[in-house]
Amino acid sequence: MLLIHCPYCEEARPEVEFAYGGEAHIARPVDPSTYSDEQWEEFLYIRSNPRGRHHERWRHSHGCGRFFNAVRDTVTDVFETTYKAGEARK
Amino acid sequence: MTGFRLADGGRIDRRTKRNFTFDGKARWGYAGDSLASALLAQGQMLFGRSFKYHRPRGILGAGVEEPNALVTVDRGPGRVTPNLRAPSVAIHDGLKAVSQNRFPTLKTDLIAVNNVLSAFFPAGFYNKTFMWPRAAWEKVYEPIIRRLAGLGDSPTTRDPDHYDATYAHCETLVVGAGPAGIAAALEAAATGGRVILIDEQEEIGGGALSDPAQWAWLAEASAKLAAMDNVTVLSRTTAIGHYHQNFVVAAERLTDHLAVNEAEGPREKLWRIRAGEVVLAMGAIERPLVFEGNDVPGVMLASAAKTFALRYGVAVGRKVVVMAVHDSGWRDALALHKAGVNIAAIVDLRRDVASDLIEGARDARIACYQGYAVTSISGGQAVKGVTIALAGFGKGQQLDCDAVLMAGGWTPTVHLWSHAKGTLRWDEAWGAFVPDKTHENLRCVGACAGAWSFGKGLPGGLLPAPKPLHESKAFVDFQNDVKARDIGLAVQEGFRSIEHIKRYTTNGMATDQGKTSNLNGLQIASGVLHRPVTEIGLTTFRPPYTPQSFGAILGHHKEALFQPLRKTVIDDWAASHGAVYENVAQWRRARFFPQGSEDMDAAVARECRTVRSAVGVFDASTLGKIEVVGSDAAEFLNRMYTNPWKSLEPGRCRYGLLLGEHGFIIDDGVSARLAPDRFHLTTTTGGAARVLNMMEDYLQTEWSDLDVWLTSTTEQWAVIAVQGPKARRVIEPLMEGIDLSPEAFPHMAVREGRICGVETRLFRVSFTGELGFEVNVPAEHGRMVWEAIWAEGQKHGAVAYGTETMHVLRAEKGFIIVGQDTDGTITPDDAGLGWAVGKKKPDFVGKRSLARPDIVAPGRKQLVGLLTDDPQAVLEEGAQIVADPNQPVPMTMLGHVTSSYHSATLGRSIAMALVAGGRDRMGETLHIPMPAGTISAKVVAPMFYDPEGSRLNG
Repeated sequence: MLLIHCPYCEEARPEVEFAYGGEAHIARPVDPSTYSDEQWEEFLYIRSNPRGRHHERWRHSHGCGRFFNAVRDTVTDVFETTYKAGEARK
Repeated sequence: MTGFRLADGGRIDRRTKRNFTFDGKARWGYAGDSLASALLAQGQMLFGRSFKYHRPRGILGAGVEEPNALVTVDRGPGRVTPNLRAPSVAIHDGLKAVSQNRFPTLKTDLIAVNNVLSAFFPAGFYNKTFMWPRAAWEKVYEPIIRRLAGLGDSPTTRDPDHYDATYAHCETLVVGAGPAGIAAALEAAATGGRVILIDEQEEIGGGALSDPAQWAWLAEASAKLAAMDNVTVLSRTTAIGHYHQNFVVAAERLTDHLAVNEAEGPREKLWRIRAGEVVLAMGAIERPLVFEGNDVPGVMLASAAKTFALRYGVAVGRKVVVMAVHDSGWRDALALHKAGVNIAAIVDLRRDVASDLIEGARDARIACYQGYAVTSISGGQAVKGVTIALAGFGKGQQLDCDAVLMAGGWTPTVHLWSHAKGTLRWDEAWGAFVPDKTHENLRCVGACAGAWSFGKGLPGGLLPAPKPLHESKAFVDFQNDVKARDIGLAVQEGFRSIEHIKRYTTNGMATDQGKTSNLNGLQIASGVLHRPVTEIGLTTFRPPYTPQSFGAILGHHKEALFQPLRKTVIDDWAASHGAVYENVAQWRRARFFPQGSEDMDAAVARECRTVRSAVGVFDASTLGKIEVVGSDAAEFLNRMYTNPWKSLEPGRCRYGLLLGEHGFIIDDGVSARLAPDRFHLTTTTGGAARVLNMMEDYLQTEWSDLDVWLTSTTEQWAVIAVQGPKARRVIEPLMEGIDLSPEAFPHMAVREGRICGVETRLFRVSFTGELGFEVNVPAEHGRMVWEAIWAEGQKHGAVAYGTETMHVLRAEKGFIIVGQDTDGTITPDDAGLGWAVGKKKPDFVGKRSLARPDIVAPGRKQLVGLLTDDPQAVLEEGAQIVADPNQPVPMTMLGHVTSSYHSATLGRSIAMALVAGGRDRMGETLHIPMPAGTISAKVVAPMFYDPEGSRLNG
């Protein structure tokens, strides 16, 4: 079971308190109607799925309830860092 | 009769006898014996029958690596455990052990004739031998194979034991209490940190238990550990797996070693341990050698024979031959000789053997054959002799013996290291993979680290033989009956990856997970492929390290504690009024309220008729509820839901439809605007948490500038639905401060006031098509208000109704249930809810997707009604729908039935269905093929009752 550091609670807590939220830094377009079908498909479904560093979202569901971002290595599952929503990509 | 008890030696207590049975026969051993050692001491060599061929098999190892001697231990009803390894079962008085996979008896197995038929069980036989005809697989081949090829039987009755679970934290966790593990634990304990030392055996000591020279040290070290407050020693405890960040799960067996009447408390305890550092001291497992006849009972690992002699005082034979490719075989032979076991010869494939070993053997008057290999074994159910030949070539010579010991080198136990994603490096000296790098705070010590002075040897386990590989009956995996030639065949048939070879041959599968076979299999594949081992790779190690009971994994999470059961404040009332329940998303909900001898159909018909003709009361407290507050609340809901929300006046309700960004319906519910900055949202019962999470997501990450606050209020409000033409008359006398007249309080309005003296949010809404109210009161008053409404209702012939009636009533009106009439691929238009999409809204979640090509393409599945030609035929929900029932199979399926009931109101069945191009098929007859015959039904609009909606306005 992973230990995840919540950047809001500033504590490492067990994975069962958290929910995974998919890839991070995929912003919803301000005006989706301007997107072509291909662009919209990309936004909806296409993800980077890297081997190695992955920027992803987590929510401290059974804690503070906040969404935050993390960098996790998809091979080792080691968390490089976690940071608050809205902060620049690390 | 070959094995026997030595005159002295061993850690057994020769003053204490233990009586047990094996296959129903009375046996005995000493306190401290394992089932294997006690039986060997009495001359038992035959322990089981092999998986596929039912070949007689004996003991191979003295520990958890044992692949052959699997037994079922019977501790009474529900306490039958199959597939236990005889060397790991401690005997106690009354132990009942039974051998497995034999028919009818261990000694005379009729199925062993398929030795003759072994040509039908080559590598991949599952995939190719029994392919045709296809229908025969399920009915003929599979049941027969399952009967022939199998392990112990699964228990058939409920396990009466209970299982404990605990969490533990420590600075250092040491797995394995051999000399290296004990040293590591002592070292860590000296620093003052918390230390946990776990070991799978009956007592700590590991390899030292088989070495009397270390017993004095072991006793001293054990006493020292026991005296330290910061050290926890857990024996009979198996580290099942290493998980992320040094989280190790271990199962402690608390009672299995005790007589049944002495066993008290939980049977096992699951330890979830988070450690600062994990030290793996799991040792190494000796490798068998691969030669013709290596599976005859009496052929075993040299290290096992040494353990049986020195730890248990048991000689495995009266005349023993050692076949070694490794120095450790010579050392074990000398130790056995010293313990009083007659070693007839040491055969070693190597010509060059260290001179001290040769001198030692000579001093012991043991014949030595260097450069020789065993080429065959004589004997069927027990070894009678061996043939050895120089370099495995030619006719060779016979040696008399009743046991053959294999010393094929050692395989470090790297299982937990690999669970932790530690990398491995091939070590030529070991002929094995040893630990290399890890990102965890984890290290290996002792033999499992490859750090153990144990001499030299040849890396490969396959001995040279006069026969070609494809004719050989040399076994690699004893438990799965995989021969060296099966691996050759797999390669010949094109398999290159070791992961594929494993699955095709089943090498390394089943209960032992290849503890003795993986490395030999790998090296044989390497030889056949002419590629180095490192290019072929190693199969993946996964938890559990040894087979683990489900009981311990489940722990206390069973029966009532399996998962939380949510009950409403009205649940007790329902129970006392005979409710039959159903579980909905962890909620227990009253499904119907039978009276007298009514079955569900009769009760539901009565409840439905009463609601339509008088009034019914329904506990709707499980509805998800979210309080949305803030100056941007309307703007937020406008972006989330498909419908317009900004124009909704305070005091009004609206049906809201929620899509995912992909455009498909994920939730719905009626919500009310209480004030310009306050909404009372409702969601489906099962969707509450999901919807709140989704809304929080958008609010926190996309629109964090909005002033909106979301609070789950599902459990704060009890909700009592009062539905039916007399609904107003029932609640009127109880209300204060709300004008209930249709003019003042129309359909889809909300008012705040008081009922029975407590505050209420009163919704005028209907999920039945009747005049209806939903009374929201603070949960603590829910029961009181319910009973008041119920008492008032009695004056008007009210009925309490459950979820089944609610389903029928809503289906008569064509109201959907998200998740039943939708399946995550249904758009608002598909569901006939296009009217709920705000056409003028520039954006909302999912809007852009509603313009995607596939979403606007014709032929999508659309929600329709179905009326069966036979009005009494009730379709099965989930049944597939076709246009032509006479077309050949596989038929073209147009869709499926989503909701189907008998409607007492209409006196016939009704159904809703998702059908391709459904709205263009109105009036068409479609067909639903069922096992008992095809049912025909006409496509109609999904609205069966009061299509004008006049009853809402009563």
